[in-house]
Amino acid sequence: MTRTARQPFPFSAIVGQEDMKTAMILTAIDPGIGGVLVFGDRGTGKSTAVRALAALLPSIDVVEGCPVNSPRRDLCPDWAQGVADRIVTRPTPVVDLPLGVTEDRVVGALDIERALTRGEKAFEPGLLARANRGYLYIDEVNLLEDHIVDLLLDVAQSGENVVEREGLSIRHPARFVLVGSGNPEEGELRPQLLDRFGLSVEVASPKDIETRVEVIRRRDAYENQHDRFMKTWRPMDAGLRNQILAAREALQKLKTPGAVLHDCAALCLALGSDGLRGELTLLRAARALAAFEGEAAVHRRHLKRVAPMALSHRLRRDPLDEAGSAARVDRSLAEVLP
Amino acid sequence: MVPPSPSGVGAATVPRCQITRPEHAGGRGDVPDRQIAPLAPWQRVELALMALAVDPAGLKGLWLRSRVGPVLDRVTAALSALPLPLRRLHPLIGDEALFGGLDLTATLAVGRPVQAEGLLARPATLVLTMAERCPAGLAARLGQALDGPGHCLIALDEGAEADEALPPALADRLALFLTLDGIADSDSAPLRLDAEALSAARDRLPRVRIPARAGEHLTAVALALGIPGLRAPLLALRLARVIAALRGHPGVRRGDVLTAAELAFAHRARTWPEAAAPNVPPPLPPDPGADAEQADSLDLPEDLILEAVRAALPGDLLEHLAAARAARALTGGTGAGEARSGHRRGRPLPSRPGKPDANHRLDLIATLRAAAPWQAVRRRQAAPPIPISSPPGEGEPPLFARTAIPHLATLAQPASLSPLVGEGGGGAVFQNRSLHIRRSDLRIRRHLERSERVLIFAVDASGSAALARLAEAKGAVELLLARAYARRDHVALIAFRGSGAELVLPPTRSLVQAKRRLSGLPGGGGTPLAAALRLAGETALRVRARGLTPVLALLTDGRANVALDGAPGRDRAEAEAVQMAQSWAATGSASVVIDTASRPEAGLKRLSHSLGGVYLPLPRADAARMSQALEAALAPLKSD
Repeated sequence: MTRTARQPFPFSAIVGQEDMKTAMILTAIDPGIGGVLVFGDRGTGKSTAVRALAALLPSIDVVEGCPVNSPRRDLCPDWAQGVADRIVTRPTPVVDLPLGVTEDRVVGALDIERALTRGEKAFEPGLLARANRGYLYIDEVNLLEDHIVDLLLDVAQSGENVVEREGLSIRHPARFVLVGSGNPEEGELRPQLLDRFGLSVEVASPKDIETRVEVIRRRDAYENQHDRFMKTWRPMDAGLRNQILAAREALQKLKTPGAVLHDCAALCLALGSDGLRGELTLLRAARALAAFEGEAAVHRRHLKRVAPMALSHRLRRDPLDEAGSAARVDRSLAEVLP
Repeated sequence: MVPPSPSGVGAATVPRCQITRPEHAGGRGDVPDRQIAPLAPWQRVELALMALAVDPAGLKGLWLRSRVGPVLDRVTAALSALPLPLRRLHPLIGDEALFGGLDLTATLAVGRPVQAEGLLARPATLVLTMAERCPAGLAARLGQALDGPGHCLIALDEGAEADEALPPALADRLALFLTLDGIADSDSAPLRLDAEALSAARDRLPRVRIPARAGEHLTAVALALGIPGLRAPLLALRLARVIAALRGHPGVRRGDVLTAAELAFAHRARTWPEAAAPNVPPPLPPDPGADAEQADSLDLPEDLILEAVRAALPGDLLEHLAAARAARALTGGTGAGEARSGHRRGRPLPSRPGKPDANHRLDLIATLRAAAPWQAVRRRQAAPPIPISSPPGEGEPPLFARTAIPHLATLAQPASLSPLVGEGGGGAVFQNRSLHIRRSDLRIRRHLERSERVLIFAVDASGSAALARLAEAKGAVELLLARAYARRDHVALIAFRGSGAELVLPPTRSLVQAKRRLSGLPGGGGTPLAAALRLAGETALRVRARGLTPVLALLTDGRANVALDGAPGRDRAEAEAVQMAQSWAATGSASVVIDTASRPEAGLKRLSHSLGGVYLPLPRADAARMSQALEAALAPLKSD
């Protein structure tokens, strides 16, 4: 439905919301971190940021016509039709998963067109196929129906979509970064789904008038002096893109001192977060941040910066604790890593 | 970003009489300045529609709250002045219709896939009827469509109850709100939107200059009104430009800002700053010396804008909207909000073979899917020259859509099915491209229903022990909520004290909302048990209407001593409490009475008997024990 009449709002022009922007950049550097959950009020720029991220991300090489965006011809699934031999450059896919979407649309189903018109049993890939090697964005993720949530959990875990229905038996890779957003006042998210997100950030409308006015001003300029506005900000976005690409390179050579590993474990132990996933994500995010800042090794301050977003949603919820999980992470941070 | 105020010249010195007001809403050119007066309701309607007609895609649309009537007819008739084609949607519209899909008729007729275009394919004025019934899924889709360029949405909201309203995801995106309640037929007049004036305004719009202060004012006022999110000031700013263009102003003036705030903010307001902190100076002091031209047109103390916004709010609308927001939390949390009757409800299961009848609806797509692989074989079979015997399992006579699948005709247009039917009516002769459906292909829809539970806590907030008990009850509510997701429970909280009962927390599954509401719950006074039970009964009724199962948990340590009308007196109060308890029991809903008195109270045991529920003496209960005991007591109830 989206027309390309106008470029999305530039990522670097988003005012404030540093946590959200940092989290998104980190997943762009290392998709293995595993997605971002953005919780906050309406109209705080959640969707804007995701769409801006799509425009910011570096392009990927894909086989032309491949339904799952494979990088090489031999990786294309055998059921795919109309796959060319050429490799083309495409923007990183950012696929919207609308609420109330049917299971068929998500996982794919029998291609009823082809079945009816040609009598062929063919597979029509769904959203998960399109999101492979890219981003899957779920707005209002907390209102998503349970059976779709179950389905996503399974695929996000295995990185593979398996369809066994209507006489079809199909599997294809489905590795994507899950980006969810929602308003916590409208419902909580199941802990199992929370856990699937690598990072979680809370956004709120800016409370001071100056920031708010600046948001309005930039948005107004974007709408009414579009070309001029984009001209100002496009170089900033390009700079950010280069920085992300450089960080991806640097990530391979980045050193992780033993002390940082120790800090990671001590922090997670103090917080009592379940399982080791928290520690792994924490470390990956800290490494990505260090790479983004152009450091040669991870430092404790990187760890401290990403700890709230990597851990706050993994804590056992204590409903009687008024302060919330983010404050608990901060408290433990102050105690464990002075 | 805000220029500091260099002088002490404040709100008081701003001459209010200079605010430009047009003669009438669609007026052009400069009209002599007049005393500020809010727009008359019908003027407001007219102006809103004019603005929408000038820039439908920029303003995104209109939330029109009104019951059906001649006044609404006048408004909807005027919608034809909008430059985009009108498309009607209804809350149960499917993705096929919205986004397009395979045109089955055309596809079968020509033998290659033919795509039908969806309603959202081209920019349009989408008219959503019965918007109060719009499910969350549709709201999300429309919201996405609105975020892109081009579309404009008119949401016709006929909500009567407080908890019926447009989903907030949509309400937030639409610039304009109108309510036609209270506008009598005689107050309204046929709307004639002057096409020439509209197109002139459209031409002017790109050139309308907007002083930086306008955005600052609108942002400050939105903040003062407690409007979360920044869509509202953005839309108001856009609206101010449109209004300036309509009025023929070269730049946005303060009259335009005022009117824009009035139209765009009134329904979003959550607090009145005066109520919270009286005599607080406006957050952004006006700065008359900044720029001569701007000072002339845009010195606007925020309280002036607030005044204008307030004037646009009829009576209790604010409370109604707040109630609607709270109630939406429940409907939003239950998923798709699909129709809740018959076999349309619950999580869809794979369809299974069977015959459609009154209780089982045909799953057309699944049926076609089941039939699809056999088409080649069946076509060969049905070809007249070579008669072949049917293979085993495929021996049933061919079946025709029109004659043998009655429900097919109700699901799709009969006309679209005619190409499916082979030539010769009931005979076995088929055209090559016809669709062969046999009885064994028929699939019926199935849904898994799961009953979600709403725990209604009625908490005694009376007397001396109130504070401790309330704290425990709050703790128990939050503990239950924290585990609610897996068990699919919602929680509501009624507090009763003094002369009546109050629904403190409408049914919700949101821990965040619960915490917000539960902080600062007052205590003290008598024990109006009957009032609490009545309110619980009313809440249960609404809960049941949504297809959820209400369960009552009554927390008290004493006997009723306040009657329904608020009068003290133990005898009447107890009699009424028993009466209310019996009416609860008559609905067949479960209940638990938790007796928190230090010695078990015989009266409460009797009351739990009247309620038809469980009695649980639990002196000095802490939150954890209480929620454990409740879970144990309610566990058998889950079996249904």
